[in-house]
Amino acid sequence: MAQNRKDGDKGMSFLLNDEQRQLSDSAREFLQARSPVSLQRRLRDTQAPLGYEPALWQQVVELGWPAAVFPESEGGLAVGYQGLGAVFEAMGQTLAAVPLLSSVVLCGELLLAAGDAAQRQRWLPGLINGEERMALALDEQGRHHPAGFRTLARRQGDGWVLDGEKWFVIDGIGARWLIVAARVIGPQKADEGLGLFVVDTALPGVTLQATRLADSRNHARLTLSGVQLAQAQRLDAASDGAQALETALDRARVCLAAEASGLVQEVFARTVSYLKERVQFDVPIGSFQALQHRVARLYAEMEMLTSCVRAALAAIDAGHPELALLASLAKARASDLCEKVTNEAIQLHGGIGVTDEFDLGLFVKRARVLQHCLGDAVFHRDRYATLKGF
Amino acid sequence: MQDIETFRAETRHWLQSNCPPAMRQPITQGEMVWSGSQVSFTSEDQRLWFERMRDRGWFAPGWPAELGGGGLTPRQARIVEEEMQRLGCRPPQFNLGVWMLGPVLLEIGTEAQKSEHLLPMMQGRARWCQGFSEPNAGSDLASLKTSARLDADGDFIVNGSKIWTSYGDAADWMYALVRTDTTVRKQEGISFVLIDMKSPGVTVKPIELISGKSSFCEVFFDEVRVPARQLVGPLNGGWTVAKKLLQHERAAMSKFSEGAAPSHDALAVARPYLFDEAGALREPLWRDRLASLLMDSHAFSLTHGRVIEEGMARLDVSGPAAIMKLVQTEQEVAKYELLMQLMGQRGLSWEGDEFSAIEHEIGRLWLLAKTYTIAGGSSEVQLNIIAKRVLGLPG
Repeated sequence: MAQNRKDGDKGMSFLLNDEQRQLSDSAREFLQARSPVSLQRRLRDTQAPLGYEPALWQQVVELGWPAAVFPESEGGLAVGYQGLGAVFEAMGQTLAAVPLLSSVVLCGELLLAAGDAAQRQRWLPGLINGEERMALALDEQGRHHPAGFRTLARRQGDGWVLDGEKWFVIDGIGARWLIVAARVIGPQKADEGLGLFVVDTALPGVTLQATRLADSRNHARLTLSGVQLAQAQRLDAASDGAQALETALDRARVCLAAEASGLVQEVFARTVSYLKERVQFDVPIGSFQALQHRVARLYAEMEMLTSCVRAALAAIDAGHPELALLASLAKARASDLCEKVTNEAIQLHGGIGVTDEFDLGLFVKRARVLQHCLGDAVFHRDRYATLKGF
Repeated sequence: MQDIETFRAETRHWLQSNCPPAMRQPITQGEMVWSGSQVSFTSEDQRLWFERMRDRGWFAPGWPAELGGGGLTPRQARIVEEEMQRLGCRPPQFNLGVWMLGPVLLEIGTEAQKSEHLLPMMQGRARWCQGFSEPNAGSDLASLKTSARLDADGDFIVNGSKIWTSYGDAADWMYALVRTDTTVRKQEGISFVLIDMKSPGVTVKPIELISGKSSFCEVFFDEVRVPARQLVGPLNGGWTVAKKLLQHERAAMSKFSEGAAPSHDALAVARPYLFDEAGALREPLWRDRLASLLMDSHAFSLTHGRVIEEGMARLDVSGPAAIMKLVQTEQEVAKYELLMQLMGQRGLSWEGDEFSAIEHEIGRLWLLAKTYTIAGGSSEVQLNIIAKRVLGLPG
C-alpha cells in the first residue's frame, strides 16, 4: 500500500513507501557487495559472451527484483516503479549488468500491455522466475527511431513470414525469445502498421550476432530471413501494438534515466573526492574557485535530474496522464548529464582520468551507451515539444 | 489540547467564510498589499482580507497573542499555512518585518524592543526595509563602512549610505548593519540597529535601472541619531544577528512566490512569434531552444515540489534547497532573453502604442531580470555556498 500518496497533485508523491525503501536499501547493499565495478572490468577483460554473469542474474531473480513491478494477479509483487527505479539507480552506481531492463521491463511490459491471457500465461511467469529470457528487437539504425523500421511481416496462410534486420538488441545474445517489431503487410500489400511478434531464436532463418559496443555489454544484431511464425506468435493481434510499445518504452526509458542518474551521481562523488585529495601548487585543487563552480553547477543539474527521474517513476505508478512528457523530460536530462558529467569528470581528474587502469573510463563508456539507448536528448526534446503541441 | 483534525476543520471553515473569493486568485503585479503606515488597497476585498487576518492575529499565527500574533502552537500554525495553500489564499500582506526581523526580535530582542516593534508589525502599521548592502560592500558584505559612533548619551550617530534597499522610500523603519568598531576583524566590528526612517538626516533616493523605474533605493545617513535601545543583540555582535535573520530569508522569499501569479508562461508568449499564419514554424531552430527552456523550467518546478514534500517529511533537503535561488533566477534570465530574441526588434520596444503590452513588458523584464542573479546573494555566491557547504570543498 502506498500510504504516503497525497490526494493533491494527481496522486504523485516523491516519497518512497516502506516496501520501496526496503527494496532500495537492499539493492544498494547487495550490488555493492556482489557486483562492484571490478566485476564489470572482469566481464570486459574476459569478453564474457553474455555481458553479464549468469550467477548474478540468478541471485537477482531469487531476490525477486524481476517480480517487483508486475501485478499480483500475474505473479508479481506490485512494489511499483518507484521501488524498481531505486534498483536501477543502484545498478548505475556500481555498473551492475543484469538483463532486467531487456527481459523484464521491455518484454514483460509488452506482454502485459499487448498480449492476450494465453500469451501472458505462456511467457510472463518464465520472465519473472528467470527460467526464460526475452529481448526486444526494435531499432534498425544508430539513432533510436521507434517508428522507422523496415522489417516486414507478411501474411502467409494462417501465419506470418518475417524478413529484416535489427540492430542493438539489448541482451539479445542468449535470449530464448525475441519480441520483434515489424511492419505488417496486408493481403493487397497494404501497410497495416506496427505488429509485435514473439520469435523463438532457435527457428530457422533467425541469426543473432554479437556486436561489441564501448560498454562491453550484450548488444546483438539480428537478421530475420523468411522466418515462419504461427498466428499465436503475434502479440498484438487483438490489441493496440503501437500503444503497448509506447507504454513499455516509456517505462524502460525512465528506468534507463534512473540507471544514468545513479551512474552520474557516482562519477560526481568520485570527482569531488578527487578534488579534495589531489594536491597541486601545495593545495587541494578543490580549493580553486574555477573548479568549485564547475562542480557546483553539475550538482545543481544532478539534483534536478533526481527530481525528474523520481517524478517520472511516480507517474508510472500513479498512471499519470503526463507520463510520456515526464519520461522524455527525465531521459533527455539523463542523456545530457551522461555526457556532461563524464566529460567534466575526465577533465577534472586530469591525466589519470584517461588511463584504462582507472575505473572512470568504464563509467564513461557505459554512460555513453545509456545516453543513446531508447532516445538521446535531441530525440526526447523533440518528443517533448511535440507533446506540448509545438 | 484541541484535537488537531478539529482545528484543521475549523481553520478551513473560517478561511472559507472569511477569505473573499477574489483573494483566492493568484496575485498579479501591483496587487501586493504592503503593510505599513501608508498601506493602500486596490480593492475592498483586499482591505477586508487584510483586516480579518490582522484581527485574528494571523499575520503570524504562531506568535504570542499578547504581541498581536495568533498564539497557536507550531503544529497549528503550520495547519493554517497548509489550509491557506489548499484554498489558494493570498498572503493578506507582504511584510519584511513579520517575515525577517520579527522572528529575530522574538528570539533575542529586549522586552522593550518587542513591545515597541512587534505589535505595530502585527497590526500592519510598520513597514520595514533592509539596510545591508553598500556601494563598496556587495557580495563582501562584512566590509561595510556605514559608521555608528557612540555619543555621550550612549546613542548612536550614524553616517554613510546603503544601496539596493528595496522600497526604502516607502519604509517606516530599517533594520541595518553598521560599523561600530574599525580596529578588529571586519565581522567583529558590526552592530545591528533599528533606524526610524523619519529621523532627521535620513535621505532616500530611488534608483533608476536600465529597465526604468525600480523599487531599489539608496539611503543616505548624515549624523542620524539612533537611540541606544535600538541596538539588537550585543554591541559588535551584529554579524551573528544578521546571519540569524538571513536564515528566515528562504521562508520569506517563498512567501513572495506563494500565491503569486506565475511569471510569464514562455510557451504562451512565444506562440504568436513562433508560427506563421499557416501554423508552420517560422524558423525551426527555435523549437529546440524553446523545448530546452520549458524542460529546464519543468525540472525546476519538480525540484521545488520535491524539496517541499521531502522537507515536510523531515528529510534532509539542505542540498537541493541550496540550488533553488541559483537555478530559479538563472532560468528567469534565460526565459526573458529567449522571449526577447524571439520577438526580434519588437522585444526591444521602449515606448508607444505601436507595440503590444506584452512586448513592452518582456523588453523591460529582460533587463530587470539581470538583477535577479545579482540581488540576494549573486549566482557566484550561491555557487560558493554549494561548493563549500554542500560538497565540502576546501578554501
